Amino acid sequence: MDESLKELGEHIAAALPNAVRGWSLPVGQLTLDVEGAEILNVLQFLHDDPRCQFWCLIDICGVDYPQRDNRFDVVYHLLSPKQNARIRLKVQTDEVTPVPSAVDLHPSANWFEREAYDLYGILFSGHPDLRRILTDYGFEGHPLRKDFPLTGFVEVRYDDIQKRVVYEPVRLPQEFRNFDFLSPWEGTDYTLPGDEKAKN
Amino acid sequence: MAEAELRNFTINFGPQHPAAHGVLRLVLELDGEIVERVDPHIGLLHRGTEKLLEYKTYLQGLPYFDRLDYCSPMSMEHAWVLAIEKLVGVDVPRRGQLIRTLMGELTRIMSHLLNVTTFAMDVGALTPPLWGFEEREKLMVFYERTSGARMHAAYFRPGGVHQDLPNELIDDIYDWCDPFLQTVQDLEDLLTGNRIFKQRNADIGVVSLEDAWKWGFSGVMVRGSGAAWDLRRAQPYELYSEMEFDIPVGKHGDCYDRYLVRMEEMIQSARIMKQCCDKLRSADGGGPVSSWNNKVVPPKRGEMKRSMEALIHHFKLYTEGFKVPEGEVYAAIEAPKGEFGVYLVSDGTNRPYRAKIRAPGFAHLAAMDFLNRGHMLADVSAILGSLDIVFGEVDR
Repeated sequence: MDESLKELGEHIAAALPNAVRGWSLPVGQLTLDVEGAEILNVLQFLHDDPRCQFWCLIDICGVDYPQRDNRFDVVYHLLSPKQNARIRLKVQTDEVTPVPSAVDLHPSANWFEREAYDLYGILFSGHPDLRRILTDYGFEGHPLRKDFPLTGFVEVRYDDIQKRVVYEPVRLPQEFRNFDFLSPWEGTDYTLPGDEKAKN
Repeated sequence: MAEAELRNFTINFGPQHPAAHGVLRLVLELDGEIVERVDPHIGLLHRGTEKLLEYKTYLQGLPYFDRLDYCSPMSMEHAWVLAIEKLVGVDVPRRGQLIRTLMGELTRIMSHLLNVTTFAMDVGALTPPLWGFEEREKLMVFYERTSGARMHAAYFRPGGVHQDLPNELIDDIYDWCDPFLQTVQDLEDLLTGNRIFKQRNADIGVVSLEDAWKWGFSGVMVRGSGAAWDLRRAQPYELYSEMEFDIPVGKHGDCYDRYLVRMEEMIQSARIMKQCCDKLRSADGGGPVSSWNNKVVPPKRGEMKRSMEALIHHFKLYTEGFKVPEGEVYAAIEAPKGEFGVYLVSDGTNRPYRAKIRAPGFAHLAAMDFLNRGHMLADVSAILGSLDIVFGEVDR
């Protein structure tokens, strides 16, 4: 399995030298790093090439790395039912650079891209209908970004006097408890309260 | 005669399908009775599971998976633990794998029973749910005897399963399988040859195989269209490579074929369950149900009372949890509704950096517009029923 995936990776990288920046096999799964502008060419090649035949777009999702310049990874998972193989494509982008939409080739991309837009604010150019999908009507912000708090900003309740649902700023009776379990003996880089002076 | 002004009619669908009682808003644009456009509004059951998982340890995240597809809880857990096990590199002992296979198939029957019978109800038959739910109730009792909970089991754990099955339970599950085939036969007698059922479903919602791949379909949706594609066979996990079972395949890709495929899959699942029970009762089916790796699997409570080391492990694993090496992995299983996958990114700490849940129903519902265009209004409920949608997993 690993051997054939390795050959496949070499084959794709050789066929698309400008688009593929590198490839690897983490945990035995073929992963390609792809230039964002070239993603449609890569998907088309993977779709048509007789050694690939990745017809089925399984998933598109975003991953957020706020410390990077291009903070988002857009991750595509493809399945080749003919070759019985899977492949993962990764594209880097930021909040303002759109990624070409894959809807024309893979209609299933429509909702996956809407989801990535909704949860991360990743833009897709050429998408026919880039609306929010999972969050509430009129929701603001992109909830899966790392800088979006887990508790959110607003909460809803039904108001019996106004006879409608009202939105209010979130109020927590108790602060959300986010324990830091990373052991102080193993490579933390923060200073414990009170230790600042000891260092100097 | 004065020229009448014509305009399309836009309505909200439902409450017809059980899923449409508040969690699905389906906006239909109608020209007379012909559906011109379908716009599903989803997210009404969105609970932010993926965000929550980023703030929980791997073990604390597990019960959230029960609540995704609440008609087949253990299958959802299965994908999660497989993803973790692949990254950590922990092996599951044979008995643990057998139990997982057994429970996976039991879950498949549970889910298919619910779908087939409520699907029949969607198109007007009231008896199948009454008959089918009786068997489903028995399966839930098995769930309860296995894990202590009728639905939200939290039974599969990284490295194995939580507890061993008692022998009487294995016997009871085995004894349940054969009479169940009679129930399937009864349901078939009610539905398969039924004139109304055929008229409502045959040649409705036809999907060609090419379209099925294009739209990211999986599971019954591609098998109904003629591909013998089943992850249990194509990319086997657990002990499916040892099991004997057939993959039913449809010819026309319509709602009726998808119903037939589900019926046959239930029979095949019962067949796999019997094989699992046999293997569990044989000599090499004994042994531990979860891995010996104490850095991942917490010790049993009895051990904890006697051994200091077990006490330490217990405390550490239930507070801090285990750390998963840095990396990324995609693990998929053949859930009753299709390919259910988990894409897990770990940064080397005790909590996932990113966990993306790939739900089969999401891709299937995305194709609603494509499937319904040009059909009659009454066909919408038949097509929706045959997609096997559960909103827990679509909205996440």
